[in-house]
Parts: sequence; C-alpha cells; structure tokens
Amino acid sequence: MFDLQTYHKAGSVEEAIALLAANPDSRLLAGGTDILIKLRHGKSGFAELIDIHGLAELRSIRKDAEENILIGSGTTFTDIIESKLLQRSIPMLCDAAQSVGGPQIRNMATIGGNICNGVTSADSAPGLFGLNALLQIHGPDGLREVPVAEFYLGPGKVDLRRGDVLVAFKITPENYAGSFGYYYKYAMRDAMDIATIGCAVSLKTAASKVSDYRIAFGVAGPTPIRCPKTEQAVLGRELSAELFDCIAEVVIGDVNPRTSWRAAKDFRLNIIQELAKRATHKALQRALHPAGQKEGETI
Amino acid sequence: MTGQNDNGFTRIQCTVNGVPRSLFIDVRKSLLELLRQDLGLTGTKEGCGVGECGACSVLVDEVLVDSCIYLAVWVDGKAIRTVEGEARDGRLSPVQQAYVEEGAVQCGFCTPGFIMASTSFVEKHQGQEVSADQIRKGHAGNLCRCTGYQNILKAVEKSLKP
Repeated sequence: MFDLQTYHKAGSVEEAIALLAANPDSRLLAGGTDILIKLRHGKSGFAELIDIHGLAELRSIRKDAEENILIGSGTTFTDIIESKLLQRSIPMLCDAAQSVGGPQIRNMATIGGNICNGVTSADSAPGLFGLNALLQIHGPDGLREVPVAEFYLGPGKVDLRRGDVLVAFKITPENYAGSFGYYYKYAMRDAMDIATIGCAVSLKTAASKVSDYRIAFGVAGPTPIRCPKTEQAVLGRELSAELFDCIAEVVIGDVNPRTSWRAAKDFRLNIIQELAKRATHKALQRALHPAGQKEGETI
Repeated sequence: MTGQNDNGFTRIQCTVNGVPRSLFIDVRKSLLELLRQDLGLTGTKEGCGVGECGACSVLVDEVLVDSCIYLAVWVDGKAIRTVEGEARDGRLSPVQQAYVEEGAVQCGFCTPGFIMASTSFVEKHQGQEVSADQIRKGHAGNLCRCTGYQNILKAVEKSLKP
C-alpha cells in the first residue's frame, strides 16, 4: 500500500486550487508515474496528495481562434503521439513523447507532470523550450502565463506557488507555423531509459538559408536550456556542410553538463555536439521534404 | 489517513473481466493490490513495483497500464481486463493460443503482463502492416528475465494474422 497520509480527489481545477490552499503540505497527483514511485520509496513530501488524475478539463489538444495550439497539462504522452494536430503541426513533440518510457508509462504519464517535476531530463522540455511555450497556471489569484524557460528555477525547482495548478501549454503560431523540428534522445537503451542527452531543434528556412533557428537541450545543465550562442551563429547562414561543423563548435560554449553515474561530462559533451548536428539535420530534412507535401510545391 | 472519504476507505463501481463490482476499498491501495488481495485475481504479478517491468500490466478501459503504479480508486466507473478474463468458455484467446503455439512462455512470471501488452497491441493494430520493430517498441514496457523475446515476437506476429 502507498503510505498516504491524506488523499483528496479534486473534481475540477477550481477545487484542486482550493484543496491545495487548504492543505499546505499537499501536492498534486496526475499520471502518478513519478509521484507514486517516490511515495513507494518513502520519499518525504509525497504523503499528502490532491488527485487530479484524469480531469477532463486538463486533457485536450486543440487550436484556438488565434491559431495558438493548447495542450492540456493532463494530456498523456500517448495522446500527444496520436494527436493528428500535433503530428501535422509540431511533430517534434510527438518524437519526444514517443521517446518516453514504454507504452504503459506513455499511457499514464502527463506532459504537465513531466514539466512540473523540474528535472533536466524531461523529454518534453527541450521541444517546449524551442517553441517558447507559455505555461498557463491557475492559482488563487487567477490565471498567469509563464514562459517555459522562466518556469525552471533550478534542479527540481519550478515556479509553482501554493495553490497553483498548471493547466495548459500555449504555443503561439509564430513559434510553430512554418517551423520544422526534431527531438533527438540519446540514452543507453531505446526504451525505458532516462536521456543521457536530449536535443530539440526547431528551424525555418528561406532561400537556402536558415531564417530561424532554436536549439535546446535536456541534461546539458541543471535545467533544460536554450543555446543562444549557437542560435546566433546559425541564424542567416547558408545550408551547407560547414554549417554542421559550426554548430558542433559553438554549442560547447552554451552547455554545462556534469559527470554522474549515468555518463561522464566529456562523454556528454561529445553527445551534445553529435546530437546538435543530427537533430539539425533531421529538422532540415523535414523542412526540405515535408510529409504529405504535393510534388512541385515549394517551401 | 484523512480526506473526503470514510476513514480512508471509499466505494467504487467497476467491471472486472466483464463482471460488475461494487467495492469498498482502502484508498491507499494500488490496482495491483486490489486485484490480488481483494479480488483474489493472482494471475497479475508484481515484479519491480515501480513501473519498469510490466509484469502487473492490465487493461483499464482498453488502455494498457502498470497496475502497481495505478491507484485502485482510479478504476471507479471503468472496465478492467486481466489475464484471467482472456480465455472464454474454456478456449484461450487468440493471443494466448499464439503464445502456446510459439513456445513464448518459459518460467511464466512475465507472461500475464506480456499477454495483456500483446492483447492491447494486437487489438490496436488489427489489419495493419506491422514491423518487427513496432512490435518490439509496443512491448518495451515488459521485461522477460528468461529472455524469451524471440518467441514472444513470433507469437505477436502470429496473433496479428487474420
């Protein structure tokens, strides 16, 4: 049995906010794939839970009237993989969802939980960084929007205050329309593993040049990070073999991986350089040969 | 144990292998504990207990989950399928039959979980062209310590044939 001290089922986001405020030591439980394991291992701070598992209002993927894509925090990785809207508009997020755990975990784990955990290895984080995703957070004082890069305050620390519930990720059209991205995960196994390094690239091309370029990593620092120096160096450059050499050289200046039992720092640096090139290459392939595009159509 | 419940217990309604059940359960229980301890359905196994091995896999509303990291209260209003419900009228399910024919069982401990993972995979991909790689990926959440993967793969391939 799980060593729960208190358990409340919230029937709505509003109720969850009130329950969080009334139970100062409580936390939210969504997919349970991290929290229930921590609870089982007897980690402190997880014995008082407010259950938002399966709340319908948190589980949707849709486009609003302003063409923003909204992904509910309770959306599972399987929902993301199977979403026609995301497959069409932001396949990079489907790549990332596909790389998480195994089928059972993807069926349960939510994108909101993945981000609220605050870990640097979250597979959905690099893509959301590259998309400048805005986190819609409902709290006792109403709704606020926080850019994902500002949400991470440190390892395991995120900008959630007492009574806050992350409800959705908002991706505005200027951050995904016409962009092509790819998420590349390197781990010891192809499944059920934590990323040694994860790399997301999102880019636009125009007239054989890179007209927009975002690159973000997981596990390349204490939190997921964007790489401003690399982005600056790549922007406006011609598509060529030298471009990849440039990326591999500059990216080292943007990252700060550490040695852990999973991998040594030098090894991670090597993987960072390689993934930066490969993810860029894959994103370019998607840009130059978009799936389902009619013959003769230009980008 | 406090909360909006009756001394840490709560009533749920669900169906287990097609049979409607009304259960008064301890909210601290996992679905695995509900199945094994309260309902005596010991076909579903506990391996790692942390969602790594898949021995406890069951279907909840046709979704494959690790029952060890799934709260029992979450099945309220839902339909659960476990390995005990797969054979009908003394006949094995097509997936179970394929496992037997391909010798996909060694010690058998992982088998109930694998059967449910394969059942979920086969029902999702019926009539589709499926690669060996897709089958492996679809079973990545289940571990077999005897490493009988090759025959499991063959059994799934066989089950997918109309």
